[in-house]
Amino acid sequence: MSEKALSVQDVSKLYRIGSPGSDKKNASFAERFLYKPVANLKKYRSLYKFSDAEMAGDDQSEDVLWALRDVSFEVGRGEVVGIVGKNGAGKSTLLKLISRITPPSKGRIEVHGRVSCLLEVGTGFHPELTGRENVYMSGTILGMRKREIDAKFEEIVEFSGVGKFIDTPVKRYSSGMSVRLAFAVMAHLEPDLLVVDEVLAVGDAEFQRKCLNQMGEAGNSGRTVMFVSHNMAAVARLCQRGLFMKHGRLEVDSTVDEVVYQYMLEGGSSASERFWEDIEEAPGDDTVRLRSVRVVSDEGKPTGTIDVGHAVGIEITFDVLEPGQLLSPYITMVSDAGLDLFSSSDSNRQFLEVPREVGRYRTVAWVPAEFLAEGAHYIRVVMRAMNRQALVFKEQDVVAFNVIDESNTGFGTAWWEGKPKGVVRPALNWTYEYTEPEMVIEG
Amino acid sequence: MAEQAQQLKITTVDSKRRWEFVDLSELAGYRDLLYFMVWRTIKVAYAQSVGGLAWAVVQPAIQILVFTVIFGGLVGLESDGMPYLLFSTVAVVPWTYMSGSMGSASNSLIGNVSLLGKIYFPRIIYPLTPILSQMVTFLISLVLVVAVLLYYRVVPTWNILLLPLLIVYMMLVPLALGLWLSSLAIRYRDVGIIMGYFLRMLMYTAPILYASNTVPEEWRWWYVLNPIVGVIEGYRAALLGSASPDMFIRWDSLIAGIVVSLVMVLSGAVYFRRMERVVVDVI
Repeated sequence: MSEKALSVQDVSKLYRIGSPGSDKKNASFAERFLYKPVANLKKYRSLYKFSDAEMAGDDQSEDVLWALRDVSFEVGRGEVVGIVGKNGAGKSTLLKLISRITPPSKGRIEVHGRVSCLLEVGTGFHPELTGRENVYMSGTILGMRKREIDAKFEEIVEFSGVGKFIDTPVKRYSSGMSVRLAFAVMAHLEPDLLVVDEVLAVGDAEFQRKCLNQMGEAGNSGRTVMFVSHNMAAVARLCQRGLFMKHGRLEVDSTVDEVVYQYMLEGGSSASERFWEDIEEAPGDDTVRLRSVRVVSDEGKPTGTIDVGHAVGIEITFDVLEPGQLLSPYITMVSDAGLDLFSSSDSNRQFLEVPREVGRYRTVAWVPAEFLAEGAHYIRVVMRAMNRQALVFKEQDVVAFNVIDESNTGFGTAWWEGKPKGVVRPALNWTYEYTEPEMVIEG
Repeated sequence: MAEQAQQLKITTVDSKRRWEFVDLSELAGYRDLLYFMVWRTIKVAYAQSVGGLAWAVVQPAIQILVFTVIFGGLVGLESDGMPYLLFSTVAVVPWTYMSGSMGSASNSLIGNVSLLGKIYFPRIIYPLTPILSQMVTFLISLVLVVAVLLYYRVVPTWNILLLPLLIVYMMLVPLALGLWLSSLAIRYRDVGIIMGYFLRMLMYTAPILYASNTVPEEWRWWYVLNPIVGVIEGYRAALLGSASPDMFIRWDSLIAGIVVSLVMVLSGAVYFRRMERVVVDVI
């Protein structure tokens, strides 16, 4: 860890988005014809040349975009770093600078050793070439030497599952087959620094899992990985460290849990706690208003990150403003992928029979430990007035939290099959009976 | 592990734009990629065509026939006292190589925008690929030259020893123009528009259709600055030495052509290096 794999020092990247010295609208034909070429000559140069004022950043010029601004960090050998942020935060630009596709406008980047950058699946693939030929083509484009590919060729074919079609032109493959082959090549790269952009977005669930596992191994084998993804579960699982980018700046450089949490905070409605200070603004009507929703740990503290080994509470506080209401709040747990996992309503039966008193109610729905799968979870809070069959409020994604497997027990999840499968990972109670051989009555 | 890490090469990228030569040691590290790029270009060019590599012979053959019928037959251009077919074949075959690879090399960066933005490898591989892959086509099309030489029973002279040098020199020409034009084309698409005229101009200012002794002697100093002149005169001297007393090695065009090409290759490599850094932002 003490050795450096990558060092990024005060890196900024500017792009020119408008055209400087914008064209005169009412220029005569002769003007356009004679002066335009001269103007163009300057214009194309200005695409990569910036004035000192622009570089200093004090010029509020509208045609300059800071894709990255004063970003500095270092990555040690063997670290797996996740980069998160919204679209346009500068994640991909950062990867492009690290992989030398484009130079920084300011600052300096030092890479120790060989970089392979996976910005898409199937770079260098050509449909006319056979699977075998594409393995060599893509492998060398991604930075492998021919003899390295020779040595790994069998493994790559095995991994891809393409089998006997390896000598068939790729244009005859199904799209799934060519993606698998392309990924098989990527998975067998052994660079000193692996740079991966949202490549997991392609392929089916099975493929994505295989992909994640292979990348996990890359991390375990001491390779340095920089990984951009919107899949928070994948980021949390694969990386120890995270970088949170916002508007081209590096906002948070911390543990992956902290960074994933920050990212979810940025989602607007997806903080782990939510308060409505002004009762008039709060969801609800004249009879009942929602005042706050919080995610709490089993110790009762607000939190955005929960270990799978611990229970998590969804605390709902609401004010009853008029007597005579039969109120039943309920929550729906929504997975990262937008799937409704389950709904749970207030289990206190008396509130369905006895109207609530006016006042403040604080209720916590406890989700047991060893039940939720890793990844981001969003909460929908609904209030129904049973006495008048009315939906009082329904708040989507009120709060969010991230489930991680820090204790890394994995016990009872068939861990030898790889990462737990499915949208939940409950620890079930297994019972068994044993019968001695001589006591078994055959037939 | 620690010792291993010590050996890792440190690559630094910063914002400074320098005037420096193309990084040859880096290119050497990517020689396998260059090999596969060349190989892919050849394979893809003839994939699913019935003619396959035979097209490498057919294309220049048609060109030669057209020139022979029109300029040799109808116009009746003077051809150093030898059959026009012989005169033309020896020039058209290298010209086909040079014009083809020059055009592809000049277009090589703007024609690969998507790849440029997805992955880094030394960008000089883009113009080098057509220059090397069309070499294979050229070597195959030499069949035409051999066939014509046999047909007219032309016995080679010792001048043929010049051939390896001529082939290297012939590759320098598209390399020189390819380095300059591909990097200029990043900024100015005008290059693509002018390319067709430019190639034709090069052809008319070189003795491909006509004999070089029709050019007045007082223009010769200017004439030999076109590096194509040296290549064509060189090929004629190397292969047709016994067909005509006019076919002697003209050192003026050979030396001038090689010097001009080398200067352009070296300066082009520096300019290319300067522009390849910003290519993705400008293109």
